[in-house]
Amino acid sequence: MSLILALIRRDLTLAFRQGGGVGTALGFFLTVVVLLPIGLGPDQALLQRLAPGALWIALLLAVLLSADRIFQQDYEDGSLDIMAMGPMPLELVALAKAIAHWLASSLPLAVAAPLLGFLINLDPAAILPLALAMGLGSVALSLLASIGAAVTVGLRRGGLLVSLLILPLYVPVLIFGVSASTAPGAGPDIATPSLLILSAMALASLVLSPLAAAAALRSYLK
Amino acid sequence: MQTLANPARFVGLANAVLPFVWVATIILFAIGLYGAIVTSPPDYQQGETVRIMFVHVPAAWLALMVYTVMALASAVAIVFRHPLADVAAKTAAPIGATFTFLALATGSLWGKPMWGAWWVWDARLTSMFVLFLLYIGYMAVWQAIDEPHRAALVARIVALVGFVNIPIVKFSVTWWNSLHQPASVFRIDGPTIAPSMLWPLLVMGLAYTLLFLALHLVSIRAEVTARKIRQMRLAEIGER
Amino acid sequence: MVAFYSPFAIRYSPMQIIGQDLVCERGGRTVFHDVSFMVNRHELLQLTGPNGSGKSSLLRMIAGLNDPAAGTLNLDGGHADLTIGQQAHLIAHQEAVKLALTVAENLAFWAGFLGGGDVGNALAALDLTRLAHYPAGLLSAGQKRRLSLARLVLVPRLLWLLDEPTVGLDTASQQRLAGMMTEHLAKGGMIIAATHVALGLEPARRLDLGPRA
Repeated sequence: MSLILALIRRDLTLAFRQGGGVGTALGFFLTVVVLLPIGLGPDQALLQRLAPGALWIALLLAVLLSADRIFQQDYEDGSLDIMAMGPMPLELVALAKAIAHWLASSLPLAVAAPLLGFLINLDPAAILPLALAMGLGSVALSLLASIGAAVTVGLRRGGLLVSLLILPLYVPVLIFGVSASTAPGAGPDIATPSLLILSAMALASLVLSPLAAAAALRSYLK
Repeated sequence: MQTLANPARFVGLANAVLPFVWVATIILFAIGLYGAIVTSPPDYQQGETVRIMFVHVPAAWLALMVYTVMALASAVAIVFRHPLADVAAKTAAPIGATFTFLALATGSLWGKPMWGAWWVWDARLTSMFVLFLLYIGYMAVWQAIDEPHRAALVARIVALVGFVNIPIVKFSVTWWNSLHQPASVFRIDGPTIAPSMLWPLLVMGLAYTLLFLALHLVSIRAEVTARKIRQMRLAEIGER
Repeated sequence: MVAFYSPFAIRYSPMQIIGQDLVCERGGRTVFHDVSFMVNRHELLQLTGPNGSGKSSLLRMIAGLNDPAAGTLNLDGGHADLTIGQQAHLIAHQEAVKLALTVAENLAFWAGFLGGGDVGNALAALDLTRLAHYPAGLLSAGQKRRLSLARLVLVPRLLWLLDEPTVGLDTASQQRLAGMMTEHLAKGGMIIAATHVALGLEPARRLDLGPRA
C-alpha cells in the first residue's frame, strides 16, 4: 500500500512541477465550452438544454488530451523497466498511475465543470448532480484512458490512436454521465439509477483496466 | 487441433476445403436470394423495401459474430500462445468491418423510406456504429505497431477489451435511445415474422456465414504466406 | 521502512545463476541462440560481442523483462519466492531519472518503491551529495549516469545487471564504480556486465556473444 502511495505521490509531484498538464487541460476545457455558444448561437434556453451534455463532451476531450502521457515518460526513460522488476505487480503500478492521472488531470476538470457551466447557462438545480456524476465518472474516464495509454505506449504517434481506441469505451460513461447530470424535476427520476450505473462502471473499470493496461505494458517491455 | 496447429498444414487443409465452401456459399446465396426476391411477399406496411432486410439483417448478425470470432481467437492466443490464433483474429477484422459497414449502409438505405432520413440515431444503428469504430481501432493497432509479434500481443488486449465493451454499449445505447425517443420508434424487425420471409432470411444468414468462412480461410492463407516471406527476408539479411 | 528482503542474509550459502541454451527472438529474427552461462557468488561475468549481438537483450532476459524463446534460466539457492528480476538491479542506457525531481527526490522515490535504502549513503557513494537538492534536469550526462548507478548502493540486491555502465563516466567515477563492484563481489554478490571497455577489475568469467550466426 505504501508503495502505491509513493508512486502516486511521485506522479502528482511530477504533474504539478512539470506544468503543462493540469493547466493546459483546463484551458482546453474552457476553450471548448466557450466555442459552444459561439457555434450554436447565444439562445439561453437552447444552451441550458445542451449544457450537461456539452460539459461532458468537453470533459471527455480534455481527459483524452492528457491520456497518452500516463505511461509515456516512464516507458521512455526506463523507469517502467525497473518498476516491472520491482516488488509491486505491474497491475498495481498501472492502477497507481491511473489514480494519479485522475487526481492530477480528471478530478480538477470535474471540479471546474460546474463553474464553467455558468458560461452556458447550466440549470442551477443541475449543479449538484453534475458535480457528483462527473466526480464519479471521471474515475472511469482516467482508468479507461490508462488502457489506451498502455496500448499505445511504445508508439511515436500514439495520440490519435488513443482517441480512436478509447472513445468507444467512453460511450457508456457519456450516456449515463449525462443522464445522471440532469436536474431533479418533473417526470420519473432518471438521475439516481444513472448515477448507480455510473458507479458500477467506475468499479468495473477499477478492476479491469489495470489488468488490461499491465498486459499491454508487458508486451512493450519485451 | 494438432493438425490445425501447424500453419503449413493449415494452408494445406484450407486449400482442400475452400472449393467446397465456395460452391456451398454460391448455392446458398442463390436459394436465399430467390426466396428473398421472388417467393417472399412484399410487406403490407413497408412494401418492397422490406427486401433490404435480407441483406441488412444477416450483415448485422455477421458483424457481431465475426467480432466474437476475433475475441475468441484472441483469448485462444493468450491461453495457448498459438501464432495461428493471432493470424485468425487479425484477418477476421477487415471482413467483420466490411459486414458492419454493409449493415450500416443498408440500414441507412432502409431508413430513408422508413424514417424519411438517411441516418437516424436508432439504438441498433448507434451500437453498430460503435462496433464499426471498435473494428477500425483494432485494425489501426495492427497497422501502427511495426513488429508483428508485438502487435499481436497488444491487439489481443484491444480485441478483448472491445468485446467486454460491446454488451455495455448495447445496454447503454438502448437506455439512451428510450430516453430520447419514447415509444413511437419504429422497430426494424417486429417480434413476429411470416414464415415465407423467415426461411430466406435464415438461408441468407447461413450463406453469409459460409462467405465469411471462405474469405477468412483465404485471408489466413495469405497472411501465413506473407509471414513466411517476411521470415525468409529476415533470414537473408541475417546471413549477410 | 522495512527492507524488502535481505540479499546477503545467508552469507555463505552457495548460489548460482545458470542460463542454458537460451534463444532470443525479436521481431521474428533470432538474435542469439544456444547461449549458456553460469555465474556464482563473488563472480563477475563480462559479456562481450559486437552491436546487435544481443547483449542488452540477454540482460533484459535475465531481468525477466523478455522471455527466452527457448532454454532455461534459473537462480539456484536464491530467494525462493522472488523472481530473478526482483533480486536484481538493471542499469541500462535509459537512466530512469526524472528530470523534474531533485537528485535526492529521485533516489528517495526508488528507495521507497524498491524496498527501503539510505539515500544519504547512496549520494555519498557516487559523490552526489553536493548536488542532492538540484533538479536532475540540470545534471550533465555523466552526473545523470552516476545518479542512475546510485540505485545499486541505495537498495541492496544480489545481482547487478549492468549494460555499458561506464558510458559517460570520467576516470574518477569509473574508479568509484570499480570500487563499488569489488565491494559488492566481496560481500557475495554477483555481477553480469555488458561492456566493450575494461571495467577496472578482472572478470571471473567471460561470455562472448560473438558475431551473429
